[in-house]
Amino acid sequence: MTGAHASQPSVSEAAAPVQHTGLSRRGLLGVGAGAALTGAVAGVAGTYAAKRADASPSPAAAHDPSAPVAFHGEHQAGITTPAQDRLHFVALDVTTDDREQLVTTLKAWTRAAERMTAGAEAAPGGVDGGGPYGVPQDTGEAYDLPASGLTLTIGFGPSLFDGRFGLADRRPEGFEDLPGFRGDDLDPARCGGDIAIQACANDPQVAVHAIRNLVRIGFGTVSVRWSQLGFGRTSSTSTSQVTPRNMFGFKDGTNNLKAEDPESLAEHVWVQPDDVAGKAAWMAGGSYLVARRIRMHIEVWDRTNLQEQEQVIGRTKGGGAPLGQAREFDTVDLAKPGADGQPAIPETAHIRLASHANLKGIRLLRRGYNFTDGTDGVGHLDAGLFFIAFCRDAAQQFVPMQKALAGKDALNEYIEHNGSAVFACPPGVKPGGWWGQTLFS
Amino acid sequence: MRITPAPAVLGAALLLGLTACGGSDSDEGTPGSGGAGAIKVEASDTDCKVARTEAPAGTVEFAVTNKGSQVNEFYVYAKDGRVVGEVENITPGLTRSFKVELTEPGTYETACKPGMKGEGIRADFTVTGSSSATGAAGSDEKLAAAVAAYEKYVAHEADELLENTEAFTAAVKAGDVARAKSLYAKARGPWEEIEPVAESFGDLDPKIDGREDVVEEGMAFTGYHRLEKDLWKDGLQKDSGAVADQLLADVEQVVAKAKAVELNPLQLANGSKALLDEMATGKVTGEEERYSHTDLYDFAANFEGSKQAVAALRPALQERDPELLKAIDARFADLDAELDRHRTGDGFVAYTQLSDAQVKQLTVTLDAVSEQVAKVAGVVAA
Repeated sequence: MTGAHASQPSVSEAAAPVQHTGLSRRGLLGVGAGAALTGAVAGVAGTYAAKRADASPSPAAAHDPSAPVAFHGEHQAGITTPAQDRLHFVALDVTTDDREQLVTTLKAWTRAAERMTAGAEAAPGGVDGGGPYGVPQDTGEAYDLPASGLTLTIGFGPSLFDGRFGLADRRPEGFEDLPGFRGDDLDPARCGGDIAIQACANDPQVAVHAIRNLVRIGFGTVSVRWSQLGFGRTSSTSTSQVTPRNMFGFKDGTNNLKAEDPESLAEHVWVQPDDVAGKAAWMAGGSYLVARRIRMHIEVWDRTNLQEQEQVIGRTKGGGAPLGQAREFDTVDLAKPGADGQPAIPETAHIRLASHANLKGIRLLRRGYNFTDGTDGVGHLDAGLFFIAFCRDAAQQFVPMQKALAGKDALNEYIEHNGSAVFACPPGVKPGGWWGQTLFS
Repeated sequence: MRITPAPAVLGAALLLGLTACGGSDSDEGTPGSGGAGAIKVEASDTDCKVARTEAPAGTVEFAVTNKGSQVNEFYVYAKDGRVVGEVENITPGLTRSFKVELTEPGTYETACKPGMKGEGIRADFTVTGSSSATGAAGSDEKLAAAVAAYEKYVAHEADELLENTEAFTAAVKAGDVARAKSLYAKARGPWEEIEPVAESFGDLDPKIDGREDVVEEGMAFTGYHRLEKDLWKDGLQKDSGAVADQLLADVEQVVAKAKAVELNPLQLANGSKALLDEMATGKVTGEEERYSHTDLYDFAANFEGSKQAVAALRPALQERDPELLKAIDARFADLDAELDRHRTGDGFVAYTQLSDAQVKQLTVTLDAVSEQVAKVAGVVAA
C-alpha cells in the first residue's frame, strides 16, 4: 500500500528539479521545432503498429511535449501516460437507436483518432485534398501542429447499457450513476452522458481540434451533452513530472499513483479479469473514469489567510510539504503533533481525509485539470477543478472517498460540485481494432 | 447565403468530374493486360520509388510496399491538388494494392507519406493517350435535367410567392389584422423555399426580407418584417398600406427575375446546403420572426427547398455516390419526423412554445442533415 513516492523518495526528488526546467514554460510548445517533429514521427513509427510504451513511458517522450503518444496498446492512452497540460473533455448522447450505425461511428472515430494522435489529419487529404468543391474532411486548425502528446480516451456511461443497443446484460456489476453526496449542487446539463471522449494534449488547439473533428464525424449518431475545457493539469501521473498547482495555488497530486508503479496500478486502476467475469469481461484491462466539475469560490478563498489555507489543505502553500514535514515528498504523518499538541495535519484537512491511510487503503489515479469558464455574471470567476480520476471500481473507491470528503472536508466551504459523471473506459485498441470492440463484439 | 456566380472553372471541373466517374473499366493498365500489371511502389521513411512514372489513360493499379519503419500512405494527386486516389495505413512490411481511375491524360503527382503527414515525397506521374472516359454524356444529361427540373420548381414557387403575397398585402391594406396575421407565414413560405435564388437580386432582398437591425444605414425598414412588427407589436401604422404596396411591387420584380434565372448544377448543390445553413443560423434560433414567432414555418420552407434541390440532383447523385444519397435520405427522414412533432392544425406551433430540449433536438437533427448535404457539391463538381 506504499506509494511510489514513499518507497522511492530519492528518485522522485532527484527527478523533480530536472523536470522543472524541462517543462517550466509553455514556450516549449511552439510549432516549428523541426528536429523535435522528426523525432516524433520516428517515435510513433516504432510503436504505432506494434505496441505502445506501456506502463513506463520513455523519459524522452515525457520531456518532449510535441512528441506523439502511441494510440494502440494493452490499455488506452490518456490514463497512466504522462498527464498533458490541456484538456477538452466531451460527453455525448447517442441519438440513434441503430446499433450498427453506432458501431460504424466508433470505427470511424478510431481511424480518425489513430491519425490525429500521430499528428496526421483526421482523414487522408482532409485539409485541402478534396478538390475546390469538396468540403474539407479535416477542419484544419491543427494542420501545422505536431502531435503534441495528444491522447484520445473513450468511455461508456451507464445509460448506454439501458437496452437501446442490446448491452443491458453487459453492464459491469455496480457500474451505475454516482450517488448524490452531501453538498452537491449538480446541474443536470453538466452530468452524465452515453459516451465520453477525453482529449489531452500539450497544445490546446490540438485537443480542441480532435474533439471538434470527432464530434463532426459523429453528427447523426451522437450529439454533445456537455463539454469541458481544462488548461493546466492538476496531477502528475509519472515520477518524471513536477507536481502542478491547482487554482487554490497549492500543489496537487503529490501522492498520486504513478505510472512507474505497475503493481499499484493493477491494484487500484486497471480492471482485472476476475472483476468482470461473464458478460462484462469486455471491461478487463479497462478503467472507470470519474469526472466531477468542482467550482471553487475563488474570491472567498483568496481572502483567506495563509494559515487557514494551509490548515484546510494540510500542506504548506509554497513548497507543498505536508504540515509537520519539511519537503513535498516527505511522508505524510497523520499522527505527528504540531506546536499546540494537536495533529499538525488537522482532522478536517483535505489531504488527511483523502489519504489512503484514512480510507483503508483506497487510492485513485487522479488526472484532473484546472478550468476557468470566464465569469459567472455576478463578477466572480467561474473556475475550479475538473476532477478526473481513474479507478478499478468507482463504487468501491471513489464513492467512499467522496463520502468521507463530503462529510468533513474543511475545503467544502470553498468548493461545490456542480457536474458529475462516470464512464467505463474499455481496454486499449489493437492495430486494426476499434473503440468498444470488446463491448460490441 | 446568396447563390454566387458560377465560377469560371466550373465547366472544366464538371467535365473532369464526369470523366473521373465515368466508370471505365478499360483494360489498359490493369494487371495482365499489355504486360503492364500493377505499378510497384517501394516506400520507405525517406524514399518513394515508383517503378513506372507513366501509364496510359484508364484504370491504373499501384502496389505499395512499406519498407520503412513508419506507417506510410500513398497518394495520387491531380494537377489542382485534388486527391484522386489514396491508400492508407500501410504498416511496415505490408504491401497494399489499389486502383485509381486516371482517365484524363496529363500530369499527376504521386506521393508517399511516411508518418501519414506532411506534403509527402512527391514525383510527377504522366498519363498518356486520349481520354478513356465513358458515360459522360449520360451523366451530363442527368445534370442538365436536374437544372431544368429545379428551374421549373423555382418558377412554380415564384408564382405562389406572388399569389400569396397579393392576398397578404390586400389584407393589410384592408386593415384586417387577423386575416393578415393568418396569411403572413404562408405568404413568406415560397420565399423561404427558394431563398438562395430569391435573395440573389441585389437590393431587393433587404427591401423584402430585411430585419430592422439588418437594413443598412439610410435604408427604410420595409417588407415582410416591417409588416410583421406592425401586425404583432405596434399595430398598423399610417404607412402600413404603402409598405404593403411597395412589398408587392418588389416581390413582382423578384418573381420576374426568379422565373428567368439560369442556374447550374453546382448552384443547386450549394443552394441545398445554403438553405440548411439559413435554418441553423436564423430559424432554429428564433431570430427571423421575432414578433410573429412563426420561425418553424420558415424552417419547414427552407427545408423543403433544400430537399427539392437534392431531389432534382437525385439521378446524378444516384449514379455518382449512391451511399451519400442513402445517408441524406435517412437524415431527411429524421428531420421530417422531428418537424412533424411540432405541427398543429395545418401549421406549426410558435417558436416560443418550444422547450430548450426541443430546440436542441431540432438543432442536432439538422446538424446531421447538413453534414451530409454539404458533401453534395463536391460530388456534383468532383
